[in-house]
Amino acid sequence: MTATRQPQTLFDKVWDAHVVTRREDGAELLFIDRHLVHEGSFHAFNKLKEKRAKVRRPDLTIGVADHYVPTRTRALSEVAPDIAGMIRQLDDNCRANAIRMFGFDDPRQGIVHVIGPEQGLTLPGLTMVCGDSHTSTHGAFGALAFGIGASEVAHVLLTQTLWQKRPKRMRITVDGATAPGITAKDIALSIIARIGADGAQGHAIEYAGSAIRALTMEGRLTLCNLSIESGARCGMIAPDETTFAYVRGRPLAPAGDVLDGAIAAWRELTSDADAAFDRAVLLDGKDIAPTVTWGISPEDALPIGASVPDPAAMDDASRASHVREALDYMGLAPGQALDTIRIDRVFIGSCTNSRIEDLRAAASVLAGRTARVPGLVSPGSHLVKQQAEQEGLDRIFIAAGLDWVGPGCSMCVGMNGDLVPSGERCASTTNRNFKGRQGPGARTHLMSPAMVAAAAIAGHLTDVRPLLRSAS
Amino acid sequence: MKPFDRLTTSACALPLASIDTDQLIPARFMKRSRADGYGQFLLHDMRFDETGAPRPDFPLNADAAKRAEVLVTRRNFGAGSSREAAVYALVDFGFRCVIAPSFGDIFASNAVNNGLLPAKVSEADAEEILGLIETTGAAVTVDLHDCLIRFGNRNYSFTIDPIWQTKLLNGWDDLDLTLSLSGDIGRFEQRDQAERPWARLPDRPD
Ligand code: SF4
Repeated sequence: MTATRQPQTLFDKVWDAHVVTRREDGAELLFIDRHLVHEGSFHAFNKLKEKRAKVRRPDLTIGVADHYVPTRTRALSEVAPDIAGMIRQLDDNCRANAIRMFGFDDPRQGIVHVIGPEQGLTLPGLTMVCGDSHTSTHGAFGALAFGIGASEVAHVLLTQTLWQKRPKRMRITVDGATAPGITAKDIALSIIARIGADGAQGHAIEYAGSAIRALTMEGRLTLCNLSIESGARCGMIAPDETTFAYVRGRPLAPAGDVLDGAIAAWRELTSDADAAFDRAVLLDGKDIAPTVTWGISPEDALPIGASVPDPAAMDDASRASHVREALDYMGLAPGQALDTIRIDRVFIGSCTNSRIEDLRAAASVLAGRTARVPGLVSPGSHLVKQQAEQEGLDRIFIAAGLDWVGPGCSMCVGMNGDLVPSGERCASTTNRNFKGRQGPGARTHLMSPAMVAAAAIAGHLTDVRPLLRSAS
Repeated sequence: MKPFDRLTTSACALPLASIDTDQLIPARFMKRSRADGYGQFLLHDMRFDETGAPRPDFPLNADAAKRAEVLVTRRNFGAGSSREAAVYALVDFGFRCVIAPSFGDIFASNAVNNGLLPAKVSEADAEEILGLIETTGAAVTVDLHDCLIRFGNRNYSFTIDPIWQTKLLNGWDDLDLTLSLSGDIGRFEQRDQAERPWARLPDRPD
């Protein structure tokens, strides 16, 4: 029987295992294994109330407070009432529907895409959705994970399913060893710069190749997190021993015989050798340099040794007009060397780069050095925070002059009180350099945690590699 | 949901690329309930200056834009955050169709769920239509049956996923259909429990 089976991609294997039924028009009804909700999901809960309906599978629905949580206090009474109200509203909606909750006072609370893996909610072969575009993060385990809008959140709450049209498949292969000091963030930004912020629209990405296999789970999470910044529906990496070792012993992951059975099933989750992809992109790991963004879209990324582009030298009128708009917003001159761009502050955090490895990388650069600009370090969860403190990383950040605060979306999104002031320039480990993303008028440069640490010390964007050499 | 069939209206030109959902509705305005309306916050930080005064040169502030039901823009419209409020803002402002060379996937799906048509045209056609709006100001007709945009005596075809086309033409809401399939979902759940015992979550301690 297997002999006649069509070769399949990892994506199709996970998709097919979740099809409840197909419609005449080609849409497929997918069963959802994990539905993560946060403060922003209130529109969907309101729809539920309007319909006087119940959550179909509260046992597969998980509430997490992160987008609006304050990072400088543990008391909601000290927070602006409209922001505190958002957090309480999630609490109420979860309680009313008997939904498992990682609320503001929970010692395991953190950013939804950090605590999913950390708690063992994220597993290979699952379908996972959340009303947040960076849900693509969980694809690092070989899960099919994607962000959805409020109407779809309501649909999942009521039915535990979603109608979807199968996207096209795209394989991005990064082969060869990357140079020392190159991180998953640099790989991701290089990919987005190559294919464009809409380069993977309508596609599910599978990341493959030896440079991807060599990444830790933390690195894979960073890479898959940024899939949405190339427009992809989702990004996936086939699970392997690195994945299984990470899952083992997580509080909500299977254990014992059930885990053994699971691992046997998960070993099947690779693309068959001759599986067809609609598109293939190949990068050479050794070509990847520390990469930063200079503009207002994640595709506006270049190696740190490069210069800001000049719109006057561009043939494509539409691209030139985008570059002009970006330089105007960012306050940069055409042809300016990237490593001369002075910054006003730094931010280390967000679901892209707030895991323990990210904090270690930043701390190893900052150890024994002083930051020239102020900045904020916000770990991805209370458990990451605890571990960092056990390792003494908090003392390194504080000694360097940065603020060590609590976990949450913090300065990634400009909705919880942590903001970059208007006109200021921030070197940031986040995922979006959109206009106003970190606050109205804020200017964001995206880069890895080590590169942010280096920028903090220099006071301008700079190549971290010389600092790494002198540190070792 | 109101079916979308054919629409004749004036169009507003917004010749910018990569207008993301953070621009369409800045995060700080997303706490309100849908019933309160989101139209006044559409592209807020582009439309208004720091003092809250409308920027006179911004296309959406022109008198003609207030009557326009079609927005024409450049590539990668609606990239970024999954916030459906970006679509609420467009719909509440009065738009029923956005014409662009490409759309963020989640945005497009949210748009369809709210009866807003994301009509995809080639880059060259988008540029031509943008130019025509600025020079002629003529009315535009968007026909979803034939996937055609008519502008004066010019015709442009657009693409949309056929599943979404049917849904918009009929004004369908998926939810009623899915609820009628509850039995199928139940059978899937039963079979799946036996096949993938590891996919369940442990019971809550409390
Ligand atoms: S950290 Fe930023 S990108 Fe991640 S979930 Fe929070 S708001 Fe979204």
